[in-house]
Parts: sequence; structure tokens; C-alpha cells
Amino acid sequence: MSWWPLAGVALVIVGFALRFNPVLVVVVSGIATGLIAGLAPLELLALIGESFVKARYLMILVLLLPIVGLLERNGLREQAQALIGRMRRVTTTRLLLGYLAVRQLTSSLGLNSLGGHPQTVRPLLAPMAEAAAAREHGALDPARREKLLALCAATDNVGLFFGEDVFFAFGGVLLMQAFLAENGIELEAWRIALWGIPTAIGAFLIHAVRVHWFARRALRPKGPA
Amino acid sequence: MTGLSPLYWLIAALFATAAWRAARARENARRASTALFWALLAIVFAAGDWMPHAVTGALVVLVALIAGFGGVRGAARTPLDPARRAASVARLGNRLFLPALLVPLVTVALAVLGRQFIDAQQASLLALATGCAVALAVGCAMLREHPRVAVREAHGLLDALGWALVLPLVLAMLGAVFTKAGVGDVVARLVGMGIPVGNAFACVAAYALGMAAFTIVMGNAFAAFPVMTAGVALPLLVGRHGAEPGSLVALGMLSGYCGTLLTPMAANFNIVPAALLELQDKNAVIRMQVATALPLLALNVALMYFIAFR
Repeated sequence: MSWWPLAGVALVIVGFALRFNPVLVVVVSGIATGLIAGLAPLELLALIGESFVKARYLMILVLLLPIVGLLERNGLREQAQALIGRMRRVTTTRLLLGYLAVRQLTSSLGLNSLGGHPQTVRPLLAPMAEAAAAREHGALDPARREKLLALCAATDNVGLFFGEDVFFAFGGVLLMQAFLAENGIELEAWRIALWGIPTAIGAFLIHAVRVHWFARRALRPKGPA
Repeated sequence: MTGLSPLYWLIAALFATAAWRAARARENARRASTALFWALLAIVFAAGDWMPHAVTGALVVLVALIAGFGGVRGAARTPLDPARRAASVARLGNRLFLPALLVPLVTVALAVLGRQFIDAQQASLLALATGCAVALAVGCAMLREHPRVAVREAHGLLDALGWALVLPLVLAMLGAVFTKAGVGDVVARLVGMGIPVGNAFACVAAYALGMAAFTIVMGNAFAAFPVMTAGVALPLLVGRHGAEPGSLVALGMLSGYCGTLLTPMAANFNIVPAALLELQDKNAVIRMQVATALPLLALNVALMYFIAFR
């Protein structure tokens, strides 16, 4: 076995570090890795084509864009902001942690597509968080607004990742079960999924501290108010 | 040919309209390459099932090169009309949420129902597409808008996504090439080299951190899992130290998920959302996740040690 396959990984790291366009970095690394591994050019193109065709489902999010765009054109964000503006008890922290809890619980029941970046984060969560933050701290400058929106997206990811693995029929759990079975270890799926619970609780607590800290410190305008 | 082909045709149709619009946007300095980008995407989505894979591959490389050299530029966006928004907010109020909530509700209901008959992943994708269609129909009726307007608004959002849209797809391609080239075996050997195999805690740390590191490289914990589990977890932790396999692999996978939070290679979770929220810094979401992912990874190492050896 040679170390050459790592050249592709190195290309990716260097390319990302030097801030070349990520798509370009990935394609160049893919071609280089394939050629180093001794694939013929046509064989490599076929491999690229086949994996692309299989991965097309990742692009499903574009089907959400027409309805999201239509609703935004008609004031969905404004209405989301108005709704939160009236609910004085909903602070940025409570909103984000409520969302995190619901996202984790529903994902752990296998209801993954109840949330997501195009479905809920951009049209609903982000404008609501902006409204809550604006009520607490006044209008946000672009830098703080960008951080808040990034935190909304991060919260969705944390909720999904550390919820879905608790669902016993989740694809990832079945993958682990099948892999163990191949290696002669037979286990029911729930005996794997069960052990996702401690990390799920830990993820909620850690992220809760972060959100709380963020809402207290990072959102506050700089200098004396 | 899969049961999902109609979905891909729909997506292809949306891309085709984006290509048509881009071709007519005279003010766009990158008009030709932008139109070509959307047109080629439309072709590979519509014809991917029957085109020879090598042809698809060549077109994909072309798409990636156009995107990678900055050939995709959005047309000037017509700003949203504040009067129109105020009017519909005044008329509909909270009813505006209805179509937005219909998407997840219809999706979840149909996905749960569909799971009884077809593969769960296919069911959830078809359910999501149906949810979008239902919400769009209700939305158009409620807002008294033509579906054409919705497509035009979608073009604006596609422009905002730009190259980030194809990043998850080219990363899937890179994953396939890495697998074929045996990157996994090399990484597993690299991780395996430095472990004091007699020390159970060192083996636990190597498995958890190895899962995270490999996931950072591949962008996908599922790709890291078989390699690290076969290379480290089964021979050393289960075989040599007698760890309980169920909890061990569950916590191993979750350590990989901590890696997912840290890497631009997991573009559909980290880079695409940044583009979708129109953030200046495409790594802003990852930056926000670092301080959650690292303590959680440390917690996972501890949990793995105490639970798998309980």
C-alpha cells in the first residue's frame, strides 16, 4: 500500500486554505486522485458521472425555492418578525433553544424533514431570531446579523445530527447494524440507537450554553449603550 | 431509472428556465457562461439515467469548471416591492404561514405513509416534492399569484446559491474517487500507527478522534464509519479490550457527526445554508459550530470510555 492517495487529501486542504473556489479545488483533487490511483481518463469520467447521477437527490432543495421565494415576495419574513415582535416573552435564547429542542425530538422520531435550511431556517427561524434580537438589543449591524443567521443554521444542524441517530429505523443506525452483522455481531437496532441519547442530551446542553452566551455577549452592541 | 426520475425532470425543468432567463439577461457580463452552466445542469439532471456515465462525467467536469472559475453570476435582482408585502401582510396576517407549514406537514405525513410501501429515502424525497407542490398550489391560490412568478422568485434564490449549489454534488463525486483510490485504508493505517494498543483509553480516543478527523476529510460520517470501525474499533476495542459493540459504534458515529459540523466538505449542511442565508462569509456556519462540536467531541470520548466498558 502506498501513501499516494493522500495527495488528493493534501490538495483539498491546501486548496481550501488558499481560498481557491471550493468547487474547483474539489474537482481538481478528484481528477488528480483518480489519475494517481491509475484510473484511465474515460474510466475516471464514468466514475464521476455515475457518482453524480447517484447524488442528484442532494439537489432536492431547489424544489422548495419557488414557494419560499413566492412567500418572501409576499411578506412572510415581515409577518414572522411581526409575530415575534408581539410575543415579548420570546427572547433570542428561548426561540433558538425551543427550535433546537423541537428539531431534536422530531428527528429522534424519524421526522427529519420537519425542519431544514430552506424549509424552516431561511423563511421562518432566521427572521424570527432577527426580530427577537432587535427587540432585545436594537437593530443589528451587518456583522452581528450575519453571526446570528449563522447561529440559526448551526442550531438546525445540531438539532438534526444529534436527534436522528436516536431513531432506531434511521438509515445511519441500520448502516451500523448491518456493518456489525457482516462482522459477526448480531444486535437489535434499538440497542445501538439507545446510546445516541447521552450525546443528544450533551449536545443540547452544550449548545444551550453557547446560545445563551451568544445572546448575552455577542449580540450586545459594542461600547457603552 | 429510478422511481425518483420525475423529480429530477422537475429539477431539470427549473434549471432549464434558469438557463433561458440567464441567456436573455443582457446586462450580465457573464451571460453566456451562466446560461451554459444552468443548461448543462438541466441536461445532466434530465438525462443522467440513460446517458453513458462517461458523458455525464465530462459534462459535470465542465459544469464544475464554469462554477469554479466564477462563470456563474446572478442577474440583477428586482428588489421586493414593499407595498405589495405590506398589503399581503395586512390582508393575510398569520395565514401567510400556512403554505410554509404545509411543506413539512405534508412531507412528514406522506413520508411516514410511504415508508410502508417503498424505500424510506425514496419515500421522504417524493414526499418532500409533493409537499412543495401542494404548498405552491395553496400559496398561488391564496396570494393570487401566477406560478410563473414563483419560478421567477426561485431564479433569484438560485442566483444567490450560485456555485455553492453544485458543491455537494462534486463532493459526492470526490468521495467516490477517494474510495476507489483507497484513501480510507491509508487514513485508517495512519490512525492505527500511533496508538498504544494496550491502553484502552488511547484506543477509545483514537477511534472517536479518528472518526471525526476522517469525517472532516470525507465530509461524511457514513464514509468514515466502515473504515475506522473495521480498522480500529473491532480489532482493538471489541477484540482486544472487550468493549460492548452497540454503544461503541453508536458513539463512534456521533463522534463522526462532530467532524461533520467542522468541515466545508459537508457542504450541504455547512456551505449551502450560508449561501442560502446570503452570508458574506461562506464558512460562517462552520465558525459558529466549532465551539459546540469540540466540547461535544470531548464528551463523546468520555462517554465512549465509560459506556462501552460499563
